[in-house]
Amino acid sequence: MNLVDKQVIQNKMSKRLVKNQFMNKLFFSATAFGIVVLIVLLYRVLSEGIGHLDWGFLTNFASRFPEEAGIKAAIVGSLWLMAVTAPVSLLLGIGTAIYLEEYASRNKFTRFIQMNISNLAGVPSIVFGLLGLTVFVRLLEMGRSIMAGGLTMSLLILPIIVVSSQEAIRAIPKNQYEASFAMGATKWQTVRRVVLPAAIPGILTGGILALSRAIGETAPLLMIGALSFIAYLPENVWSGFTVLPIQIFNWTGRPQEEFHLVASTGIIVLLVILLFMNSIAVIIRNKFSKRF
Amino acid sequence: MKSKSLILTLGMSLLVLLLAACGNAEGSKNSEGNGDGEKSTKEIMVDGSSTVFPIMEAVAEEYQAANPDTRVNIGVSGSGGGFEKFVAGETHISNASRPIKEEEKALLEENGIEYTEFEVALDGLSIVVNKENDWVDQLTVEELTKMWSEDGGVKTWADVREGWPDKEIEFYSPGADSGTFDYFSEVVLEDKQIRQDASLSEDDNVLVQGVTGSPNGIGYFGYAYYAENKDNLKVVPIVNSDGEAVKPSQETIQSGEYNPFSRPLFIYVKNEALQNDSVYEFTKYTLENAGEMAKAVGYVAKPESKYEEALKKVEELAGK
Repeated sequence: MNLVDKQVIQNKMSKRLVKNQFMNKLFFSATAFGIVVLIVLLYRVLSEGIGHLDWGFLTNFASRFPEEAGIKAAIVGSLWLMAVTAPVSLLLGIGTAIYLEEYASRNKFTRFIQMNISNLAGVPSIVFGLLGLTVFVRLLEMGRSIMAGGLTMSLLILPIIVVSSQEAIRAIPKNQYEASFAMGATKWQTVRRVVLPAAIPGILTGGILALSRAIGETAPLLMIGALSFIAYLPENVWSGFTVLPIQIFNWTGRPQEEFHLVASTGIIVLLVILLFMNSIAVIIRNKFSKRF
Repeated sequence: MKSKSLILTLGMSLLVLLLAACGNAEGSKNSEGNGDGEKSTKEIMVDGSSTVFPIMEAVAEEYQAANPDTRVNIGVSGSGGGFEKFVAGETHISNASRPIKEEEKALLEENGIEYTEFEVALDGLSIVVNKENDWVDQLTVEELTKMWSEDGGVKTWADVREGWPDKEIEFYSPGADSGTFDYFSEVVLEDKQIRQDASLSEDDNVLVQGVTGSPNGIGYFGYAYYAENKDNLKVVPIVNSDGEAVKPSQETIQSGEYNPFSRPLFIYVKNEALQNDSVYEFTKYTLENAGEMAKAVGYVAKPESKYEEALKKVEELAGK
């Protein structure tokens, strides 16, 4: 008995191969489209901005002369902002994730919290800006300070950190817990000695990607009233500040062509910082990741 | 066990609150520059219009270089956003590319904030068409009203004036949040609705590109954007109140010949803040140098005598 009718297969084969080829090309062009756009963007920014990139650009304050304009205040402001946002959002985010995954009992309330966190990740950033303006700037009277900006940014990226930390914790095999509990360890001992070391690569990768988002955001900071011109460096978290994206945004809106080129230079610096942060995330993941 | 964890949680939240509160006290000491007699802080808070920003940035740059111990902070929240902060008492000086509105005046009065208006420079709203457009020689305000309003019934250039080509016009306008839009609608549209098919953008450079790219386009924006793109745009002379068609230029805007589209740019200063030496000095410095700085960044200076009048007013208000 002939189980397979070779003739039928023969007939259908060419059609299948064509289909396969077609799909191959389709997915390739989907990938290529993104890459081409990225290359065009990078080429434009680099060709426009590289000419202006020098030490003076990094060490000058903003100026009405494009050739003297620099981003000193903006870079330092961005770093200050990160210095507030990173610890606050990481501590709160990882704490929330551990509580939800390890301690909280599964009931309606935790499901409600869980759902809200996922939803918060999709709220437009300008809404967090409004929240920051009412709560931090006005209600808590922090003024238009780095503290207010940093806390607003923390809120913005908190949901992302919580969700990615939860994923990282959930990925740890159950038998690791069981082994720890079998040795008589308490929950906290298990979390500290087993869960966190195993989950830290995932948590930090998510955290750094979230911080990268925060460093590129403009809208919420404009909302809370971050400044556009300052010619001094902030000395504590209560100072006024400006950040790189605001400075870039400001330059692109100017009538003078030269300022658009300066904006491109600013974008290059921002890109380098972002690449630097992302590569830290990659290094952490590769260095600490354990396979089970 | 349960109660213990509850106490721990409560304790932690208390600690967090306490920290926040401490932070507060410090914060209000250092960063809140309300201007009431705080002579030690030397912090000047400015916010408002993005149109006025380049002038104030230039002034602040120079002032800061001469007075390193004073800190000038300038934000860009837009004319309306700036007034909101001015009303809340968060700023000393508010930049605006339009006069203050009645409701904003009322709010300021409610909060007991007295202020003085100064004109720091002039801007000429420039109406431009594509370089290839060889038929438009001049436009009247009535024609503009007909063209830009929703119920004006204009579709093509032929609808505006007979003899012009039968080609569909493309409209480019600044976004409804900008002071430029406010001014244009007040002068041209009065209370009418702007046409729905106009392309609106908050970024004036997008408008420049729009008109440059469409042979039948028309748009309007601040003089600086025209002056920077003179080679790619054709500016339309506008018939003024004396019946003459005038192009915007440094001279015609300053003299007021280019009307009704030459508009003043304002700063609003809180009177009380002028008692503070650094705000007083900065305001004086602004009025002394605004003309020159305005020219440097693409705007037009007011006649010298106007600045002198304004300076006298500042001295009077400060009681000096």
